[in-house]
Amino acid sequence: MNPETVIDAVSAVFMVTGALMSLGAAIGLLRFPDLMSRMHAATKPQVLGLFLLLAALGLQMRSWWVWPVLVVAWLFQLLTVPVSAHMVGRAGYRTKHLHPELLSSDELEAVVQQAAGQQAAKHGVDDDDEAGR
Amino acid sequence: MMQTVLTVTAVVLSLAAAGAIVRIGRGPSLLDRVLAADVLLAIFGAALCIDMAVNRHLNNLMLLVAISLIGFVGSVTVARFVAERRESVRES
Repeated sequence: MNPETVIDAVSAVFMVTGALMSLGAAIGLLRFPDLMSRMHAATKPQVLGLFLLLAALGLQMRSWWVWPVLVVAWLFQLLTVPVSAHMVGRAGYRTKHLHPELLSSDELEAVVQQAAGQQAAKHGVDDDDEAGR
Repeated sequence: MMQTVLTVTAVVLSLAAAGAIVRIGRGPSLLDRVLAADVLLAIFGAALCIDMAVNRHLNNLMLLVAISLIGFVGSVTVARFVAERRESVRES
């Protein structure tokens, strides 16, 4: 068994697994009940799937100088994806796109209640339902 | 072997894109649609990667980086817009 065949087989496994990550994200998007659990499914092809496919590409190119470029592309994705996921998750929490009974713990709820209580005490009005701040 | 891999990944990615498009059309809220569009962009990036790996060229690499940048800017903008609109409705 020569090394070329081994490299081809490894990159083929990486490519099929990376494509299956996308399929898993699509199935998760279709079957999960609310925005937060769909966000959990959506991150699979963005980080691990892209990593597997870039590794397959680097293995197929058979050269060393291409690896830093691929690492830069993956690091760029790794920097931008958490920021956009944070923004989408915060907007979803503010606009109540979640099922609270599905959360195992809601640590933001106590902070929001405390901030709303402080604001109400400061302004002398009681608007306890202003949970978006 | 590469032709088999190409066929299998083409079928899998087509099914995944169909699922994401169904969620874009059916998604109950705007944020669900943004998330599904982000996943669709990731699937496009995966298709570009597989094309580069099977045909052994690097022409699409800058397009891959640009696609991730576009997905980032798009989802951040829409999430900002959703939060702002909700705030202004509550203020008035």
